[in-house]
Formats: sequence, C-alpha cells, structure tokens
Amino acid sequence: MTIDAAHAAEASVDYQTDPSRYRHLKVSYDGPVATLALDVDENGGIRPGYALKLNSYDLGVDIELADALQRIRFEHPQVRTVVLTSARDRVFCSGANIFMLGRSSHAWKVNFCKFTNETRNGIEDASRHSGLKFIAACNGTTAGGGYEMALACDEIVLVDDRSSAVSLPEVPLLGVLPGTGGLTRLTDKRRVRHDLADIFCTTTEGIRGQRAKAWRLVDEVVKPSEFAAYVQRRAHELARESDRPSDAKGIALTPVVRATDGDGYHYDHVDVRIDRAARRATLHVKAPSTAQPGDVEEIQTLGARWWPLAMARELDDAILMLRTNELDVGTWLLTTEGDIDRMLAVDATLARHATHWLVRETIGLLRRTFARLDVSSRTLIAKIDRGSCFAGTLIELALAADRSYMLDLPDEPDAVPSIAVSQMNFGAYPRVDGRSRLAARFYDEAGPISAIREVQGAPLSAHDAARLGLVTVALDDIDWDDELRLVLEERGSMSPDALTGMEANLRFGGGETMETRVFGRLSAWQNWIFVRPNAIGEAGALKVFGTGTKARFDWQRV
Amino acid sequence: MQTTTNYADRIPNNVNLSEDRALARALERWQPAFLDWWREMGPEAASGFDVYLRTAVSVEPQGWAQFGYVKMPDYRWGIFLTPVAGGATIGFGEHKDEPVWQDVPGEHRANLRRIVVTQGDTEPASVEQQRHLGLTCPSLYDLRNLFQVNVEEGRHLWAMVYLLHRYFGRDGREEAEALLTRRSGDADNPRILGAFNERTPDWLSLFMFTYFTDRDGKFQLAALAESGFEPLARTTKFMLTEEAHHMFVGESGVARIVQRTCEVMNALKSDDPAQVRAQGAIDLPTIQRYLNFHYSVTIDLFGADQSSNAATFYTSGLKGRYEEGKRDDDHRLQGRSYPVPTAVDGRLADREVPMLNALNEVLRDDFIRDSIAGVGRWNRVIEKAGIPFRLTVPHKAFHRKIGTLAQLHVSPAGRVVSESDWNANVGDWLPTVDDRAFVASLMGRVVEPGKFANWIAPPAIGINRQPANFEYVRFN
Repeated sequence: MTIDAAHAAEASVDYQTDPSRYRHLKVSYDGPVATLALDVDENGGIRPGYALKLNSYDLGVDIELADALQRIRFEHPQVRTVVLTSARDRVFCSGANIFMLGRSSHAWKVNFCKFTNETRNGIEDASRHSGLKFIAACNGTTAGGGYEMALACDEIVLVDDRSSAVSLPEVPLLGVLPGTGGLTRLTDKRRVRHDLADIFCTTTEGIRGQRAKAWRLVDEVVKPSEFAAYVQRRAHELARESDRPSDAKGIALTPVVRATDGDGYHYDHVDVRIDRAARRATLHVKAPSTAQPGDVEEIQTLGARWWPLAMARELDDAILMLRTNELDVGTWLLTTEGDIDRMLAVDATLARHATHWLVRETIGLLRRTFARLDVSSRTLIAKIDRGSCFAGTLIELALAADRSYMLDLPDEPDAVPSIAVSQMNFGAYPRVDGRSRLAARFYDEAGPISAIREVQGAPLSAHDAARLGLVTVALDDIDWDDELRLVLEERGSMSPDALTGMEANLRFGGGETMETRVFGRLSAWQNWIFVRPNAIGEAGALKVFGTGTKARFDWQRV
Repeated sequence: MQTTTNYADRIPNNVNLSEDRALARALERWQPAFLDWWREMGPEAASGFDVYLRTAVSVEPQGWAQFGYVKMPDYRWGIFLTPVAGGATIGFGEHKDEPVWQDVPGEHRANLRRIVVTQGDTEPASVEQQRHLGLTCPSLYDLRNLFQVNVEEGRHLWAMVYLLHRYFGRDGREEAEALLTRRSGDADNPRILGAFNERTPDWLSLFMFTYFTDRDGKFQLAALAESGFEPLARTTKFMLTEEAHHMFVGESGVARIVQRTCEVMNALKSDDPAQVRAQGAIDLPTIQRYLNFHYSVTIDLFGADQSSNAATFYTSGLKGRYEEGKRDDDHRLQGRSYPVPTAVDGRLADREVPMLNALNEVLRDDFIRDSIAGVGRWNRVIEKAGIPFRLTVPHKAFHRKIGTLAQLHVSPAGRVVSESDWNANVGDWLPTVDDRAFVASLMGRVVEPGKFANWIAPPAIGINRQPANFEYVRFN
C-alpha cells in the first residue's frame, strides 16, 4: 500500500504530541544544557509497512523533534545549548527511512521533506534569534538525513572511532538528492569546496576522521573515550555566550485544543472551514476579543493562553493539518476579524518587550508560522471584508498572500473596513529570504516603504491601501461578491502544479538566501527527481534499494 | 445611492434595471460616453434629423417593432433578453445536459469575455464604417434604412455592454469603455477584426456589407445563442430578430441595383459595361467584383480553418454550432472529422481534421450555403429581365487572408494560379480603382420624398407599408 495521507483507511496525521507520548526521542535537562537523544522505535513508524532501523526517521520522528524544540524554547528558558545526539551505540542517525520513501506517494514525500526542512530551519532560527546553540554530537554513523540534521546545528562533533563517518549517500545509493538542505548547507553554510563536496556526495561510505574536519564537514573529531566530556565542555562554552535567562520559569505548552469535524478544524482563535467541492479552505483568524496584558508578569501568568502565542500555535497547527491532510484543497482564503486598536495594542506590547525571553519566543513562533505560510504550496488569497482585522501582526497574512482583495464601501463610511501596519511589520517577522514581507513586497525600495512607515498605526481604507500598494485590488460592495467568486473559481480551475511553481517563484522575488535555495533550487530538483522513473520506476533506485536488485537507469541526461 | 437619471425609464429593458445597482452604476458612466461616441462617430451631421425608426420597447410580439419619428441621439437603446421558461440545459460539449449557467463560471471568464468583446466590437465598428454614407444616399427610404441599421448596431453594442457590465465586474467595465475608444480603420487603435477596418465608401459596398458581413453576424450570434451561459444565449437570440432587417437591407439593396442595371441593359439592348456605365447604372461585372470582395473578406471573419480556440469554446459549452439543437449527432464531436481545404505543395486539397478543431470551417460552410440562396434571388431578377448573365459566389479559397489558404492565389472558379496570373487577372476578379471611382461618381444625394437615384430601382413596398413618397427622414 502506498503511504498517502489521503488514504481513507488511515488516520489523518496529527502534529501535536508531548513528551509523555514520545517513542523516538529521549530528552534530558542539565542546567543550561538539554540533550536530545534519538532512540528511534523500529516499530513506531507513523504509517505501517517499514521498520525504522538504525535510528532512521519518518514524519512521526520529526514531529517529536519539532515538539521537543518548541518545548525547550517555551518550557525551559534556562536551556542555552542543545546537544543533539543518539542513544544508540555506533549510529547517530541514518537519515530518512528509505523503505518509507520507496512506498510513499509523491505528495507524501514532498510534504515530509518540507516539514523536515522547516524543522531544520527552526534550529537555525533559534540559534540566530533565541540564544539557543546546537551541537550535533555524532557518536556513530551519520548518514544522509542524519548528517543533514547535524548540518543544521552550530557545531558538528564526530566520534573518531576509525569507522564512524559522515556521509550523504543519496546520489550513489538511492538515485535522489540529500534534499533536507544537505547540498545547500555544505556549500552555503559550511563552505565546503564544491569539488570536495562532489566527492563527498558521491561516496557511499562517507568521510571520517581528520579528513572530515579538513574538508569542513565537521568541526571536530574526538576519540570515543573523550567524546562525552568534549561535547559537555563545548556545550557549556557555548552556553556562556547566550542571553537566555538563567532564572526564568518556563510556561507550559498545554495542548492546542482542536475540534475536527466534516467542515474543518476549529480552535479558539483560528477557524478553518473547508469547501471540498470548491477545493477551498477559509482560514479565519480572530484578533483578541479582550484587552491583552501589557506587562510581562501578566503575560507570563497567562502563558500559552496569551493571545499571540495561542493564536500562533493554532494557526501553525491548522497550516500543518491542511498541508498534510487536505491535498485537494488548493486555495486558502485568509480572513480575520476583530478590533484593530486592540490588535495594535498587542503589537505595541510585543515591540516593547521584544527582548523578554517569552515575548521573544512568541515573536519567533509567529515568524516561523508566517514563514510556513510563505512556503506552502497553496494559493493564498486574503479577503479583507467588513469586520476584518488585518492590522499589525495580522496584516502579515495579507502580505503573505498571493493576492489580497479589500472591500470599499463608498456609501457607508462608518462600516468601511480598514487595515493598519505597526512597528512589527518592519522586520520582526522576516521571511526565509531574511526580509520583512513589506520590504520584499517593494523589493527594498525606499519610497513605498517609507510612505507606509509614515502611516504606521493609522487605519487605512481600501482606497489608501491600494494607493500604498498594500492590497492587490480594492473593490466596492457592488463588485465584491461576484468578483471574488470569479477570481476563486478561475484560480481553482488552473493546474495545481503550475500554480505551485508560479507562486513559489513570484513570492520570492529578489535575493536568495540559503533557506530560499533549500525551498527553491534543492526542493524543486528533488521533487523532479522524485517523479522520474530513475528514482521511482519499477527498476528505479529508490524502489529497488535493499532488494538486491540493481537499479536500471534511462541514461539520457535531461 | 443617488442617481441623477432614472435609467430604467430611459432604457427600455427586461432585465430589472431599476433594481440592479451594479448595472446602474456602470451605465451611469458608460451611457454619457456612448452618446459622446455617437455624436463623434455616429452618422455624420444627422443628429438633428427626425428619422422614422423602429424601436424595440419590449420583447412582446407587438413591442419589439414600434415605429415613429426619433432623433437618433434620443433613440431608446434598450436591453432585451429573449424570455425563457427556465430549466434549460446545455446542449453540447463536455457539460452537455447540465443546467445552463446563470453566472459566468470563473474558469471560463477570460474566454467568455473575449467572445463578448469580439462580438461587441463589430457593432460600433460598422456604425463608424458607414458614418459618411448619409451624405450620398440614393433616397429617403435608403437613408432611413441606413439609420435604422446604425441605431440597431448601437443597440447591439448595448446588448454586449450589458453582459460585460452585469457579469464581468471591473474587467467588464474596462472592456465596455474600450469598445467606445477603438476606431474602425485607425492604424494605431483599430477595431479587432480585419473586415471591420475596411472602408464602406459607397452604397454598393454598404449593401454588400449588410448582405454578407451582417450575415456573418447572424451566424456568430446564432452560434452564441446556443451558449451554456444563458444570459449570452438570450441576448444574442433577441439580437437575431434585428439582424434579419440588416440582411434585408443588403439583399433588397443589391437586388434593386441589379434590377435597375437590367432595365438599362434592356433599354440599351447591350451588355457592354461601358454603355451601361454611360447611362449611370452599375454594370453587372462590377457588381460581381464587389460581391467577390465582400464575400471573401467576410468568410475570413469565421477565423482560421483549424482552431484550438474553436474547439475549446465548443467543448467548454461557450459557443455552439449554428442550429445546434437541430443537428442529429452526439453534440460532443470527439473523434469526428471534417474536411478542410488546405494548401498542399501549392495545390488545393481537402484534408480531414478533427471536427472540434474545424468548427470555424463548419460555421463558414453554413454561412456559404445561406448566402448562396440570396445570390440566387438576385439572379432571378436578372433571369426575369431575360439577361443571360448570372452572379455567383467565388470559390471559398478565393482571396483569403487567413489560414493556410492565404498562401495560395486562387481564382474565383477555384483554380490555383501563379502570382503573375493573379496580378494579370485580379482586375477582373476584384473591384479596381476605376470601378470604385466610377461607383463613387454615382453617389449623389437624393432626398426628395419618393425620388430615387438613377442607379437603383425603388423598393416594391415601403417600410411599415408606408407609401412610396413617404417622408422617412425630416431634416428640420
């Protein structure tokens, strides 16, 4: 049976978990150092039909890793260094499970890779913004996706036991790419010379010992007897440079409460309604319905119930649920409701306390959640209607959208919807290309950006918003319903593949970063290889791996 | 919303205009622009005339043809859709037997808009082409017919603009405005279709145009009357009732010229064109050359002989065939073929192509059958006069400018000729500069009630059974 989210016999994927339910990950805390030890349960695959041998992973393992990282951020503010290692002897991690990949539908593979990429990016995001440093303590074989996990860390320490190697054997062994950032991080992050990288990526057994260090594949190689002590020493050295608080108390990430029914997913602040006939979902975000606290003690007391954090967690969950479980729902209509002034007050609090660890982590979660939206292979259309609240943080939704439509009410000035920007829109939520959505929207051109900065905090009508370039189209009430219907129907009739490609290209105009290269160049090539017979045909390398049969290739270079 | 004009009163309609804010708002801007266009590009120097016009004031049998004197800018351009019972289903294509659409499906918005705009563009174009002809009319009767055609082309523009305004949102309003800004024959801002940028310099051209080119309109409208988008189907059905009059003007106009020419020939007892011309009538070979020209230019309007657009329009349910409902086939046409004339190694040959791609050719052939019938009626006039000459339509490969046939030179008889043969004979096949100059020389202005120019016979019967000396136009 093919692994596929859409298969009726199988439960939909749920991205929520907690440490009591982990099957693959052992987490321990020792002062400023947290250790995540992979100990993958062979029989704990998220789908049946394969064994997760040799600490190989599937989506279920990665969901635990993402959850553990999230809890270190919010529940353990005293942690400054995370050691990523293995609880097994002689194997750190052997990467994504090949038998799982061989049995997966194309959509499952693509979605799996996207999520794992986002989690790897999240590691780097925490290092960049949150004062968390990561050490990959590679205490054994570090292969494929296992090495890619290590590449996401700040430092890679490899045990020098004369046999453990780091390797990216995807090309010679599987006929696919190291697609979770492997190729990109080798060059862009670790600056491994491209010809050496070429050798590395075509050598199944990988590289070990001093050569691995000389080629910059790892930062240090350490004898087995000294390995644990070295890792601890480095972990504490890195911890000393962090600005994470030593005396703060974490908050509990209580479960996100989601009601699922035939219509969609329903949360406190986020509601998803799916119109399956139209292949369209409406993601509705509610701004806070009551005044939110302005000081950090109260925020800390509210914890996971504080609106920005609660909303971000719900929105993040909704995006992941839709992406994995609703493949046919190709258009997401983004809507909001609420009080603009109250929303802007929330943003003022976020800005005022941006350096407080909890506020900083909340902004970080919002940042990563919006970034998830940017790289989702769905048409995003923002509908700025009566009663909407596209203000400050929430206007990021409209700015992330492929198009935004705003209602104008020439005859009802009192009811006309407004939008507003806040200080949070000018850099707090950079996309994976490192730029704010406003900066990216205007290709960093000073004129339009400063014009918008001048109206920061002011309510903007459809007319003003269109003039400033903040929305795509302003429509009056006479055109509103019909025009939106036509736009959505027309969009819904186009090729989903072509739209995915077009949207990904148009959303990320301007400069590239390592992350955009991962989501663009690396993923696009990988996804192409994933549909080619040389990988997935009856005699394709991914299909025949482990069967004793040699792959047969169509030798044409395309 | 405050509106300065009650459009529902001024615009006869059966589309509930007074209740439709979107439409009222769109028309508020468009209607003054239309009147400006009419004053600038409508019949020249004719705004003050009282013209005995037929106006459609309702879709009832007695309502669509009310006669009375009207100043053309005050003509009540109305919006009418043929009434329907409801419950209709789509008659062809992949949506066959599904309910018709009352709104534009988003998937087909661009194609439907293009269809409506292309049809709509021809309506003001022909008014522009004909705007000088009032200065050289051969009689009050003909002048009135010209103006009737002109105001009805204007109404047909309204019909298409109604669809754009009502169903296509902002894009539709922009396209409606653009319909008033293109100009027939303007090199920088031309009308969309080639034939609508040709000049209509004289009344023989006008009658040929209304006979042939308005008949293209009839067939296009008939194909659109089959559309799965019901408002388009209903609008075009009503337009067809008016299109018939335009073709009547053309057919009877040519017939009256032919009749006058035959009278002159019989009086002279000669078929010598020079002698006929000397008597101030248009010789039959010249009429044949005009026919050749207008026929060939018009059949180009049906589009390329193989067209992926035509296939898409049909399969999507946007545009059917002429009398789709009377055809006895599966109305999907997958796997069927149709012979299309093509150029193969410099020769004419029929090639079987998928019928869906050949639907332009199918409609062109329907048009050809229909237009040959009227030519036969002209020949009966000649026959009755005892003259052995017969008018014919040229071969459909003659003088083509689009499709593969454009590569060939083909004689009216259907023989492929060399370029030098073409150049040597084209003066016998198409109107020459001399022919046009001669016809132009006949164009004087005859406006005395009951009088007719020398080159055309009076009609057998007046408009609305009015007597021969009826004052169809009052110049004030």
